Parts: sequence; structure tokens; C-alpha cells
Amino acid sequence: MPITLTVNGTSQTLDLPDAMPLLWALREGLNLTGTKFGCGIASCGACTVHLNGEAVRSCQVALSDAAGADVVTIEGLGTPAALHAVQAAWNAGQVAQCGYCQSGQIMQAAGLLAVTPDPTDAEIDAAMEGNLCRCGTYPRIRAAIKDAAVRLKGV
Amino acid sequence: MASLGKIARRTFMFGGLALAGGVAFGWWKYSTPYGNPLVEGLAEGEVTLNPFVMISPKGVTIVAPRAEMGQGVHTTLAAMVAEEMDLDLSAVTVVHGPASAAYFNAAILAEGVPFQPIDTGWLAETLRDAMGVPAKFLGLQITGGSSSTIDAFDKMRLAGAAARAALVQAAAQRLGVDAKALKTEGGAIVAPDGTRLSYTELAAEAGKVKLSSAVTLKPQSEWKVLGKAQPRVDMMGKVTGTAIYTADLRLPGMRYATARTNPNLEAAMNSYDAAEALAMPGVEKVVPVPGGVAVVANSTWVAMQAAQAITFDWAKASYPADSAAISQVLADSFTAERQDSRNRNDGDVDAVLTGDVFEAAYSVPYLAHATMETQTAAAWLHDGALTIWVGNQIPTQAAIEAAAIAGLPLEKVKIEIQQMGGGFGRRLEMDVIRQIATLVLAMEGAPVLLTWTREEDMTHDAYRPAALARFRGKVAEGGAVAFDLKTCSSGVIQSQVGRLGYSVPGPDSSIVQGAWDQPYGFANYRVTGYRAPPMVPVGSWRSVGSSQNTFFHETAVDELAHLAGVDPITFRLAHLTHEPSRKVLQAVAEMSDWGNVAPNRARGVAFCVSFGVCSAQVIEVEDGPSGLRMTGAWAAVDVGIALDPGIIEAQVMGAMVYGLSAAVRGEITLAEGQVQQATFWDYEPLRMPQMPQIEVRILEDLPHIRGIGEPGTPPAAPALGNAIFALTGKRLRDLPFANSVRFA
Repeated sequence: MPITLTVNGTSQTLDLPDAMPLLWALREGLNLTGTKFGCGIASCGACTVHLNGEAVRSCQVALSDAAGADVVTIEGLGTPAALHAVQAAWNAGQVAQCGYCQSGQIMQAAGLLAVTPDPTDAEIDAAMEGNLCRCGTYPRIRAAIKDAAVRLKGV
Repeated sequence: MASLGKIARRTFMFGGLALAGGVAFGWWKYSTPYGNPLVEGLAEGEVTLNPFVMISPKGVTIVAPRAEMGQGVHTTLAAMVAEEMDLDLSAVTVVHGPASAAYFNAAILAEGVPFQPIDTGWLAETLRDAMGVPAKFLGLQITGGSSSTIDAFDKMRLAGAAARAALVQAAAQRLGVDAKALKTEGGAIVAPDGTRLSYTELAAEAGKVKLSSAVTLKPQSEWKVLGKAQPRVDMMGKVTGTAIYTADLRLPGMRYATARTNPNLEAAMNSYDAAEALAMPGVEKVVPVPGGVAVVANSTWVAMQAAQAITFDWAKASYPADSAAISQVLADSFTAERQDSRNRNDGDVDAVLTGDVFEAAYSVPYLAHATMETQTAAAWLHDGALTIWVGNQIPTQAAIEAAAIAGLPLEKVKIEIQQMGGGFGRRLEMDVIRQIATLVLAMEGAPVLLTWTREEDMTHDAYRPAALARFRGKVAEGGAVAFDLKTCSSGVIQSQVGRLGYSVPGPDSSIVQGAWDQPYGFANYRVTGYRAPPMVPVGSWRSVGSSQNTFFHETAVDELAHLAGVDPITFRLAHLTHEPSRKVLQAVAEMSDWGNVAPNRARGVAFCVSFGVCSAQVIEVEDGPSGLRMTGAWAAVDVGIALDPGIIEAQVMGAMVYGLSAAVRGEITLAEGQVQQATFWDYEPLRMPQMPQIEVRILEDLPHIRGIGEPGTPPAAPALGNAIFALTGKRLRDLPFANSVRFA
């Protein structure tokens, strides 16, 4: 049975297996490839998207469980021409190295700032703990989240 | 000393030291043996001025022919060309370009010469220079050994200068003025009367210019792009999810595949039963590939599910079945027969090491690279031509291997190098190339994307070797009087080059890299390498031999400092006369306010020369109710010339995190011939709460430029171990530390 959900503000109907993780439906059903596969078992956070406003691991959400949901991916957060404040902070802070985990990091950080606009170091650490980065960009991520918090207040 | 040819062969995978001095002859002549690979494949109206520069009506494209795996190499290499062309980096397009021998890496070979990295004497530099000759004729296009900026520093600036000279000459001809009267700025030629001719409008004429004299490079004092932190050319794509990695390619009719191969590494597949997998909806076929099978389906997820449903009869591995047996082989390899090298033997260690001798033994485990992006490749075979899209560090080798498997002439194979989700040495391997080249033969003209699962990636690596060390030393009157280090592992070069089909005569320099070549001046100083038999396949893991040997060496130095009752930094400085080495140690002492530590905290220091970079780090630890916690980290590096301080800082931070991840928890173990860790839960890198802030200082006292991808990794583990000793009095001699102490 085709499944309908909203992705980045557009209603999409997908004729894919119910059990297919949202990650793969996004990547191969909709060719939204900004969301990355890293582990498939929620150990790395590379596949983080917003599901009804909350940062979740899309490798753990069955497509059928996302029926009717509102999904935002990195492509929907902002674009090169209109960056979200978190992306702008990432760009200003030159955070990314290989970049592979950064879509997930940015979605997780945006999710944090949506509910905690002024996070402490401990709150940042707690929120970001599930997002691995093998390039070791953690110090610049921390700084960029603080910068993004300031930018969001200015909006 | 070995003959030049012998050294060239035995060291040709590894590099990291500089080619000295400038290039005194015309750059275009130097490139002649391989021509300009850009001539084929130019777009309508596009002109190439040399292998690094293309100009079309739309703008200037710079070829940065090294693999971008996060180290910022595309930005720094492009900046070299942009600097000489008086272009703003934001005004150019940067591409990896084709796989071609024209992009040989001359610096990669220099690391293996039997001279200390800090030895800039005539003989050492002459031999390093000579390494460029075999590199040129081998035509090796390779990214590794922290060698990219060193290799490119003259070549790519000369490419930019030659392109600029051709454009100036074209403008001079068109305007009928003397070329000397013309200036360049912002991508245009400016005549004395103010006339501006853009590079793009001059491209066709510049392409016909034959330069008659050698070009000159800008003096460093006139640099506008180099020497300053530049916005990375890949940053916007990476923060908006629009950067394309191999797995993000979509071609019409593309199928999705995954591979499952023998977990007994390098052993054969006897048979398999794929009946259940083939019955799953969406599964198209199961194709034997080297070591196992690839499953092809209508989605990657279906392919991964199906691969789990296949049953196999695997052949057993040829190496010892478990970690204990492997450790025993290593322990039994400290023999005269297995002695591989003794590059350092100063004074008379045996005469001094009598009576009250300090002895210690150290060990490190196998390590996986664990890049965030698993091994991935895409391919399309149609009309007698094969294209492979992949993140790989040796594209010329990949093309040769793929052509052989596909039965195609080399010119019918195109390797399109993609941005990589981490490299760290993993993508020097050819396993996924062989798989995709085999798989695509069965695809009947359909393009296919092959993505490994995390589990396949973790259990099928070319691992950092497990290694053991035995140390004997002696102190007197507050200093070290003898230092005798024996280090033993399987040979990385032997294993890695062997997989490419070459044999390697002479000692394996990876075994003692970072151990024998340190600038300490101990009067009696000996370092001996022992080569254990090949066991688990091993490969280049960020900083290669230095990743274990700096841990051994710098823990041993710390032990002697403690025995002598001398502060660890004071002790090191007392034995170092190399001024840039002293300065990085003094820098971390000052940055960390070394002598001033909060209660319940302590600090450790470590220093090394790695790939020619002087690298010192201090780490601070605190003992808390839930365990040890790192509370501060400071690093100082000397790279000679800092081309992009922002990228260098990022590389040092990242390399340090990589080293600390291994030091705290990193461990690959074997049981029944198979790797026991398969995910990020059982091979867990450090996460954000475990990492303190890191402060980095960059020095430029070395006489030559050095690369920075690796030198931040080696000091991390010993600095942490030495800090734990300073805090707890417990000397940890075996990695990872989490097997001995609890971390928060």
C-alpha cells in the first residue's frame, strides 16, 4: 500500500515496503541523499532527520510509521541561497571536514536549539552524544552551536 | 646503504618528507612524460593551459588531483594555483580531475629514506630529491603520507604561474604591448591604460601560447591567498547536504547492491546458498565477487536484508585464530632471525645497560579505520567502456586493476574520484574496486551502486597492526644514559604492497617509523625493529608506524623522566637540541600553563617528529565519581610553512581526537579467525562529551614545508597515558586504556 507523508513541505506518496527504514525511502525513493547511511543501528547519528519536529534516527523509523508525518531533511532545513542559522554557523565556523556526518550533526543541533534556545555546554554534550564524527570536529561543532544560538535570537 | 632503486621499491607506498628546494626548470617540461590528460574531455569552448588549469567562458577550473577525504586538500591545492594566477579562491571551480600518471606524487617516496626527518644535510636531501624520479616514472597518483601539500607546493604554484604567464602573453599579443607592462588581478589582465581583459576571454589565445622561458614564483611576502585561513571550497555543499559522495550518485536504471565476504580475512568462499535471498521481493541476483558475493536488488536496504539471508561455507583463515595466539606470535618474533632493521645504534647501549636497568613491555591492538562512510563504489559498463565512481587514494592503481578484471584496455576505464566520507588510509585499498569491477560484468549494461554495511566494513579492514615493544633504559644524574627500544609488528608495507601484487625487498620501514627517527640525543640510543610474520591483513592507519611507536617511545621517555625525578617537559628538553622540536614542547608548556594544575587533575605530555612535523601535545585528566575525564588538550605543531592555518588547526584537532579514540577504547580482537567488533557500539570512537576543548598553535621554524594530515595523531595516546600516570601513579603500558581504568 502506498504511504503518504510530508517531506520538506511537499506531500509525497511512496510505493515502497512498509518496513523499509525512512532513511532508505528518503535516499533511494526520493533521491534526497543529504541524509546519510552510517550504521543502520542508531549508533552514529548520520541519518538524523526531523520527524514531526523532533530529531530522530531515520534508520530506525519504518516507512509505515512515518505515514502522515511531517519530515524535514537537511535539504529542507535550508539551501545554499537561504541557509538556516545552524548551517550559517557551521559555514562561518568551517566545521566540516569529510562532511559525511554533518547533515546529521546539523539536524541534531537544529533540533536541540528549537527546544533549548540557550543551551549550556552540558546540554550541548548531552544532545550531541549520539552523533559520531570520525574527523573529530567536535570542538568546532560546540562553537558553532553557540554561534547558531546567537544567530537564532537575532532572527 | 641500499641502492636507490631498492629504496624506491621498498618505500614506494609511503612518504611524507619534503622534496627540498625549488624547481629550477620549466614546469611544463617536467610534466612532458605524461602529457596533459585534460586535453581529452574538454567542453565546448574550454581550453587547458596545463594539467592543473582549465578555462572556459564560464570561468577557471583548477584540478586538485589528490583525494579529498576531509583534510581540506582541495582547498589548499587550489589556493596554490589561485595565488599565482591572482584569483580569489571563491571565483574558481575545483575538481579532482581524471586518474592520470601526470599527477604522480613525488613526495610520497621520501619518507622511507634512512635519514631522520629533521636531517636536512646534503646527503639526506639529495636522496629525498632523488625519490621524485622513480615517482615520476612509476606515475603513481596517490594521496597519503601527509605528502600532498609537499608534493604540490612547487608543482601547483608553477602551474598557476605558467597559466598566468600564458594569459599575460596572449594579452600582450592582442593588445600589442610588452608583457612586462601588464598586471593581473581578480581574474583579469590589466593594461597600463586601464584596459581589462578577463582570463575567460583570453583562454583560446592563451591555449596556443608557447612559453619560451621559465616562470618565476611570487615571493611569500606577496601572498594574498596562501598563508591565510580560506573558506573551504567544499564547505557549503557539506553544510547543506548537497555535497555528492559515491553513494549519492543516481544514474538511469541504477541497481543497488551490497557485498558479503568471508569474515576469515583473505580466505576463500567454498560455497553459498542464496535460495532464501533470491526469493525476497526486490532481489535481482547474487553475483560471486572476490572473497564472497554481491547481492543486487532494487534498493540498498533490500540488498542488505538479502545478504543476511545467505548461508555460506567459508574457508578458514591462514593466520592464528585468536588474539592471544597472535600476541604469542608477536612475542616470539623478538629474535635475531626476525630482526628487520636497526637504523639507530648510537654509542654502546649494551655496555651501559648493566646493573640497575629499567625494563618495561608495551602493547597495542589491531585497529579499524572505521570511516563514517562505509566502503562504497558505483560502476557502469556499457559500449565497451567502464566508469567507476569511488573514493580511492590511488586512482591510477584502481584503473589498472579494474581494467584487468573487466578485460578492457586501460584507456577504456575511467575512474571518477568522489569526495570521501573519511579516509585515514582505508581507501588506499583495492578490495571494493575488485568487487565492483567483478560485479559490473554481470550487470548487462545497468549501472550499479555497491554499499557495504557497517558490519562488513568493520570486519573487513586492513587493520593497524597489533604490536609489542620491549624497552630497557637507564638514568643517571637526572638524565637518560641509555635508551634501548625493540618494536615488533607485521609489516604494513609488506602487507599493503603485497595486496597490490608487488614484493618488497629490504626492511619494512613501517615497523620502526616513529621509533628510530626521533631527534633525541641520548648518548646510548638503539632502536631495533622485528618483523612478525604476516597475519591479519594490515594497512596504513593515520600516521602508520608512528601510531604505535610514538606510544612506545614517548611512554618510555616519560618513565625515564619519572625515574630520574625530573619534570617530563624539562627532561625532554634536556635531551633535545633540534630547535623546532624544543619550541613545540615549550609552546605546549606555555599554552597549558604546565606547572599550574587544578587540584584533582594532572597533565601528561608527549612529543614526536611525524612525517617531518614536530608535534607536541599536553592532555589534562581529572578523576571524578564516574571515572577519568579529559579536561584539557593542547597541541603545537611545526609545519615549516602554514599554507592554511584554519585547515591545519582542524587537522591537528581531528588527528588528536582520532588518536584519543584509539587510546581510550579502540581495539579490534579476533576469535575463531574472525574480527569480533562489528559496529560503533563495540568499536566506539569518542563522542562529544568525552572530548575537551583543544587549543592548537602552529609554528613555522622548520626549513621546509610539511603535511599535516597525520602528525597530530601519534602524541595523543602517550600524552593521555602519561597524564593518567601523573594523576593516579598507575603506569598504563597496554592500549586501549579503558581495559585498565574507568572513563566517565
